[in-house]
Amino acid sequence: MRNNGRIVLAHGGGGRLSRELIQNVMLRYFGNPILSALQDSATFNLTGNRLAFTTDSYTVKPLFFPGGDIGKLAMAGTINDLAVVGAKPLYLTCGLIIEEGFELSQLERILGSMQETALKAGVEVVAGDTKVVEKKGADQIFINTAGIGIIEEGRCLSPAGVEVGDRVIINGGLGEHEAAVISQRDGFDFETELVSDCAPLNDLIQSVLSVSRRVKWMRDPTRGGLAASLNELVEEKPFGIRIEESCIPVKDAVKGICELLGFDPLNMANEGKVVLVVAAEDTDKVLEVMQNHPLGVDSSIIGEIIPEPEGRVVLKTEVGGHRIVDMLLGEMLPRIC
Amino acid sequence: MKFVDEFRSSIAARRLAGEIKSVAGGTEITFMEVCGGHTIAIFKYGLRDLLPSGIRLISGPGCPVCVTNTGFIDRAAALSRLGGVTIVTFGDMIRVPGSSSSLGAEKARGADVRVVYSAMEAVAIAGENPDRKIVFLGIGFETTAPTIAATILQAELSGLSNFFVLSALKTMPNALKALVDGGDVGIQGFICPGHVSAVTGPGIYRFLVEDYGIPCVISGFEPTDLLQTILLLARQVVTGTAAVENQYTRTVKPDGNPLARKMMNAVFEPCEMEWRGLGRIPGSGLKLRDEFVRFDAHQHFDVEIEPTRDNPGCICGDVMRGARTPLECKLFKSVCTPDNPAGACMVSEEGTCATYYKYA
Repeated sequence: MRNNGRIVLAHGGGGRLSRELIQNVMLRYFGNPILSALQDSATFNLTGNRLAFTTDSYTVKPLFFPGGDIGKLAMAGTINDLAVVGAKPLYLTCGLIIEEGFELSQLERILGSMQETALKAGVEVVAGDTKVVEKKGADQIFINTAGIGIIEEGRCLSPAGVEVGDRVIINGGLGEHEAAVISQRDGFDFETELVSDCAPLNDLIQSVLSVSRRVKWMRDPTRGGLAASLNELVEEKPFGIRIEESCIPVKDAVKGICELLGFDPLNMANEGKVVLVVAAEDTDKVLEVMQNHPLGVDSSIIGEIIPEPEGRVVLKTEVGGHRIVDMLLGEMLPRIC
Repeated sequence: MKFVDEFRSSIAARRLAGEIKSVAGGTEITFMEVCGGHTIAIFKYGLRDLLPSGIRLISGPGCPVCVTNTGFIDRAAALSRLGGVTIVTFGDMIRVPGSSSSLGAEKARGADVRVVYSAMEAVAIAGENPDRKIVFLGIGFETTAPTIAATILQAELSGLSNFFVLSALKTMPNALKALVDGGDVGIQGFICPGHVSAVTGPGIYRFLVEDYGIPCVISGFEPTDLLQTILLLARQVVTGTAAVENQYTRTVKPDGNPLARKMMNAVFEPCEMEWRGLGRIPGSGLKLRDEFVRFDAHQHFDVEIEPTRDNPGCICGDVMRGARTPLECKLFKSVCTPDNPAGACMVSEEGTCATYYKYA
């Protein structure tokens, strides 16, 4: 390609360069019969009881981090949003907003990892759009993905089904994505083996749903972390949640970063975690299936639904005290001393 | 995690809690934890659940953001509005409300306000931006003062003429004295700040023991540290003794950190300082010495500051002295929340009001 291997405004202009970008680059990564028709809309048949439909935009900095990049994140994030409502993800769209001058090789690296993630999750990218904005009009690249999935007949996940005694389960350690990204930010030179947990969870979730019809609620605890997800569940509900600090998996490398910066793993973002509320009688088999899945080896029962205090999340601390776990307000800021 | 889990052992915690109970029994005792980091740890680990009901813990003036007075925020906001000035600060400061503005609000209006994790980053920013004047907000106690002194020494070494520090640095001893002289709080023992003591050494608390007969124990920040500290304090109270004890021996040495103090004293000298909640206290602040005056933002910039206005309902001052708790403030949780703070105690992670809001 011309242009010194960089994205120029004309790549988003709708003319020949746009066409070249789509045919020579996009289709190379996302080619499939639906997309390759290159119509104004993707057209396909869907059969199912109920559909799930979602969208999310991704703006991570740095674009490439240990364990993933913005492309993997954009696919996994939307796939996971579909999977946690009990849907089987099928088709995704990919909208790119690219800053003029962005290197084509970087774009291809991102598209490659989107392709790999899509393949792994068994989904297809069937529609897309590219806009190029002037230098400083965007920070390198922003990605939006929307996704559609089908929900199997008879499956109903709803907080209305949650009752006292249900167990809370998570598929592994907290905070790995946020800690991995922070460790790469300007101002830090952490030497760490940390990698982001960024991964599509649809296969893990399908395995769980195939053995239990008593999974009542699921959420992927991304920004705001486990604390935000659990608080959203209990808000204005006639029950609370008690979680036990000693049961919550957190890798030492994440703990280390939290100790240094004064962060709390409960508030940190995850991109490959799912928290489930499951009826007590199904807990063992759900846990077994999860622990046998590569993305759930460290799965653990971390708490249960309790009658009091209503609408609150309570943590039993390692030393045996109790405290309220609230949502984080605004951004986590490092403490001074 | 090694060197962390050991200090959070539930077995050790229960044993210490048992000992505290057998020493203190039902006696009513009031201790003050001076440092905001201790307040957080007490709530975060739910330590009050483990203590006998007679032991009351009150939070003191040891959160550097919280004790920063409104006038300082107003001055920083005014500086940020000057052309060519970049304000560099630790994170919490951007949300502290001034009289009519905050650094966050100025940033949203286009001012160049940057958050850093280390004071030394401010010097780097000055090096990279020779056409701008970089003002670092020097807040904190003896813990951060040496690192800020180091930035000035570094700026001098690098020949920077565009680096300035706006100092509101504070020192502990005279503030503690003012607190005790105030007399309305009834403190029977101090849980003394660990990181301040790591720099100063335990000597700075001797006057509390000798002149006022108040037990002092320097504490670490892990749950078993704090429980052991409370045990040591309770023993002193019950036996009627008063001494400075050091629970945090793995960090606080008998002579503190002489090198850090040397840097601090080379750059700064004591001055009168205004504390939110405690007022003006002689010899409780640090200002730049004459030989470093060219780095002093107070001297270099001539800006007009708006008349200081605090929210009249805010009782941050009393909270900071431990005279009242956030629960006694009528703004708490209604008007004043972490995303819309009326006073500084609600802003900082370490602020008493923010901690009560989050955990209590």
